[in-house]
Amino acid sequence: MHLILDIAWTHIAGRGRQTFVAIVGVAVGVGFSIAMAALMQGGQDDFVRQLVDTMPHVEVSDEQRSARRQPAEDVFEVAAISGLRPRDDRRGIINPTAAQAWLDEWTPGRFAARLNAEGVIRYSGREVGAVVIGIDPEREASVSPIVEDFREGSFDALTAGGNNVVIGDTMASRLGAGLGDTITAVSSEGLTRNFKIVGLFHTGTTARDEGEAYVLAKNAQILSNRPNAINRISIKLDNPNAAPAIARRVEAELGYKAVAWQEANESILEALVVRNVIMYTVVAAIMLVAGFGIFNIISTITHEKARDIAIMKSLGFSEADMRRLFVLEGVAIGGAGSLFGWALGFSITYALSLVHFEIAATGQEMTRLPIAWSMLHYLIATASALGSAAVAGYLPARRAAHLNPVDIIRGAT
Amino acid sequence: MTSLIETTDLTRILHETVPVTLVRDITLSIGEREFVAVTGPSGSGKSSLLYLLGLLDRPTAGTIKVRGRDAEPMSERERAATRLANIGFVFQFHFLLPEFTARENVEIPMRKLARLTRAEMRERATALLSSLGLEDHLHKRPDQLSGGQRQRVAVARALANDPPLILADEPTGSLDSKSSEQVFAILEALVNERGKTVVAVTHDLDMAARMHRQIHLVDGRISEEEGAKPGF
Repeated sequence: MHLILDIAWTHIAGRGRQTFVAIVGVAVGVGFSIAMAALMQGGQDDFVRQLVDTMPHVEVSDEQRSARRQPAEDVFEVAAISGLRPRDDRRGIINPTAAQAWLDEWTPGRFAARLNAEGVIRYSGREVGAVVIGIDPEREASVSPIVEDFREGSFDALTAGGNNVVIGDTMASRLGAGLGDTITAVSSEGLTRNFKIVGLFHTGTTARDEGEAYVLAKNAQILSNRPNAINRISIKLDNPNAAPAIARRVEAELGYKAVAWQEANESILEALVVRNVIMYTVVAAIMLVAGFGIFNIISTITHEKARDIAIMKSLGFSEADMRRLFVLEGVAIGGAGSLFGWALGFSITYALSLVHFEIAATGQEMTRLPIAWSMLHYLIATASALGSAAVAGYLPARRAAHLNPVDIIRGAT
Repeated sequence: MTSLIETTDLTRILHETVPVTLVRDITLSIGEREFVAVTGPSGSGKSSLLYLLGLLDRPTAGTIKVRGRDAEPMSERERAATRLANIGFVFQFHFLLPEFTARENVEIPMRKLARLTRAEMRERATALLSSLGLEDHLHKRPDQLSGGQRQRVAVARALANDPPLILADEPTGSLDSKSSEQVFAILEALVNERGKTVVAVTHDLDMAARMHRQIHLVDGRISEEEGAKPGF
């Protein structure tokens, strides 16, 4: 085997420039694959992180996935129901205290119960449709991302009690109201109540900044005439990936719809999968092109060294030896290219991580390109480079091994 | 005396559009310590016979036995291994690997066989080349050597694994008369002093006459045979 290595080395070293070009081809392929993977993965991670951070990991609402079963359906095997008029139920989640106590027992994370009530906020003749959200400020602060987005004031201002409200800055500017002004909230029940603005937040998500108003749970319950009711439980987990399992358990126990963040964002996550498929396809294409470079040089060597192949076979080298020789040459070029590719990929990734830019217009400021450093990218790029190098070496190697030495020797005379 | 190589009705036909018969119905037996010349006009199948004897080519019909072992059922790998240990080739052109020095070229078959240590290989290659008068050219590459010198390196390489059989295809064909004489003397010495069997294809009838046994081919058949040792 050592001998084969020696011969392979002389072949490659004897064609310095061509070898260099082939190695550069592989290196560029590997390098750009790594950099691209780092960027794509970084973008994806950043995106998912934002999803995970801004959304509750599991959201329990007082809805059900399917219509409530009627008692008749349980008692009789066949039941046809028509003209049903369901009971008007505005209580929200039944027995909220028990539900919360149960969650408290085992949930690996934090949760907050809320009451969402549809309503209208009115100020100086202007009206904005809004969701009036009744919260427990301390608990809400532990699950809501808004905590970090306060322009002025905070949830703490609600704790003090009284008729206070926290709204988004977009809503405030649409109403023309500012901190300290008193707005009027009107619920769908027709009840009206005045609140003083004690906090303004800016999340960057327009729907939130424009349509959410946070008040104490008690105030929301009074406004919507549903004493002690809650209709949402937001759960923030220590491990976001456990969300689907937790959601299933909650749904089974409480009987209400519990949606994990993965389910809520299914289409986005699907899009990410598609994006990954596209990325790896492009990486494969780059490697294929690099593979052609290797195929080219090994092919040339086998043509040029046809006589040497005949000699070696006449000396007693087997076909397998010849195949091994040229596959080895291909893999050597692929390996050398991979090593340079690592350096190149690392440099490009590093350079990208230094790029700064700002997008102020949307309000979501992004100051750096999201980059993911992962050994896996290097390994995948190397594996595909070596794989294509082996194939690119194998094809001409097989032909070379089949060469009949007699034909070559005859041809030489 | 045992036979090194034995053929029965050896036939090789090239399947081209018009089938070409290279060698037909060759039955012969070559023993140890023989110096055999294969002669014949151009295209008579001399070289083809040599390639068949060296297991480089497969016969269309007939059998060939190397040291009593039938080559027909051998796999490609076994044939290569048989060549490596038992047969040394010398061609009309030296056919050395151009990137390696004289000594490295001689070492290659030994390294492939891997029976000796590297130090022993080096020693043996040096000894072989020195015995052929090349002690000053050990580290020269083929393109730095003269034709005669290259051919002597090729002989040294053929001897590397100490095979009992040396097959030479017009070994002096591309050399001047002085170098030819030198190479011939070396081949002769291989038979007389080292106890090898040398089968050489040549169209130089004077040279053939100086060998121990002559096989004359015409149109792929043995037309005349002289000097065969009794007992075969």
